[in-house]
Amino acid sequence: MNSRFMRITSRLLIASVLGLGLPLQSTHAGLVGTDKVAVSAQSQSERERIRTFLDREDVRNELQTQGVDVNTAKARVDALTDEEVQKVAGKLDQMPAGGEIIGILFTIFIVLLVTDILGFTKVFPFTRSIK
Amino acid sequence: MLFRVCARLIAGVFFLIWLGGCATPQTQSLLKTHSRQLPQQVELSKVPFYPQETHQCGPASLAMALNAGGAKVTPQDLTPQVYLPGLAGSLQVEMLAATRRNGFLAYELAPKLDDLLTEVAAGSPVVVLQNVALSWYPVWHYAVVVGYDLKREEIILRSGLERRQVLPFTTFERTWERAGYWAMLALPPGRMPRTATEAAYVAAAVALEKVAPPKSAEAAYEAALKRWPRNLSARIGLGNSEYAQGDWKRAEKAYLQATMDHPKSAIAYNNLAQTLAEQKRYPEALALANQAVLLGGPEQDTARNTLDQIRNKMRK
Repeated sequence: MNSRFMRITSRLLIASVLGLGLPLQSTHAGLVGTDKVAVSAQSQSERERIRTFLDREDVRNELQTQGVDVNTAKARVDALTDEEVQKVAGKLDQMPAGGEIIGILFTIFIVLLVTDILGFTKVFPFTRSIK
Repeated sequence: MLFRVCARLIAGVFFLIWLGGCATPQTQSLLKTHSRQLPQQVELSKVPFYPQETHQCGPASLAMALNAGGAKVTPQDLTPQVYLPGLAGSLQVEMLAATRRNGFLAYELAPKLDDLLTEVAAGSPVVVLQNVALSWYPVWHYAVVVGYDLKREEIILRSGLERRQVLPFTTFERTWERAGYWAMLALPPGRMPRTATEAAYVAAAVALEKVAPPKSAEAAYEAALKRWPRNLSARIGLGNSEYAQGDWKRAEKAYLQATMDHPKSAIAYNNLAQTLAEQKRYPEALALANQAVLLGGPEQDTARNTLDQIRNKMRK
């Protein structure tokens, strides 16, 4: 509850401090970036720009929470598109993260063994499914 | 005691019935209709294999796809770009982003088995996300599809510690379906996915331009324009990536084409004006910048800025 309050407050603070001085991501002075071509059809509002900016901050913080150091997290967020940022912002820890099997409970192990053999799953390298 | 055993048996039967409901519609339709006339059997045996280290199927899978396209990158290089220690895994969006950071085009495929196999047949290994366990007990896993055999109804993957994992189509489809049929290509820029759609491909190229060397982006846009010559984003992108290389002449050519194909695009006029100003051709630049301001649109501020700068330079 408290952390949520803090989060909203800090968001408001960031937004008010930033005001109009948001990074516009234009490649060069005088040149309009390619990403603006498709956007201009639906005209990105100032509010949307602020939201995207805050979402990026959000994802960067979440990456750090998941054990990525500050500079690396920054570079990783910079490589994401706006849509990708929106996809994970606020729910990064609930997204599928391809890794590996770790510490499977014994009952689950038995279930997965059976489903592997039936060809419904493929958890263990040593199983061959009966087709 | 007996009651307990019975209850378990019944539960087990229900469980199996529930599992039986996991149909494999894509496999069935694929085997029935060979709409795209896929080759019967394909195996990209040249795709390298990196056995995954603990939890590192993301970096390993990506390294295989990138190296197959000619990149020189190890899973260890990719770990700091995609791996999340806290989740013991890698996110899909970061698999795409890391591809671009290495100068390759990241393309998400449509969720169709047919498309997946079409890309493999076209010579591209496909990175897939699977949930190899159950929907209520997910175990997420990345692997690389390198082949298939329609007659034997099998798919061939580089997966985990197995260089050549052969799965029945049905098993693969179930594990893939539980991960939302997610699949991606990591292609050297300039190469077009066989199943590419205009909007998705151009968006992938724009995303590439943001982080990759301008030369890579240029190649991706050129490929787009060869197929969709009137796409405005691709034409402007081509100009922007040439401008970024300091090649005003070629950038000018691209923007000029954009103004002819899309006479209402303020962005095309603005960027053309800017490129001419770089070449100190101020009178021409001034007229075009004026036109950009007149056309208006959301980038009007930039156009005004361009116009002011040109005027300043002319006064000097």
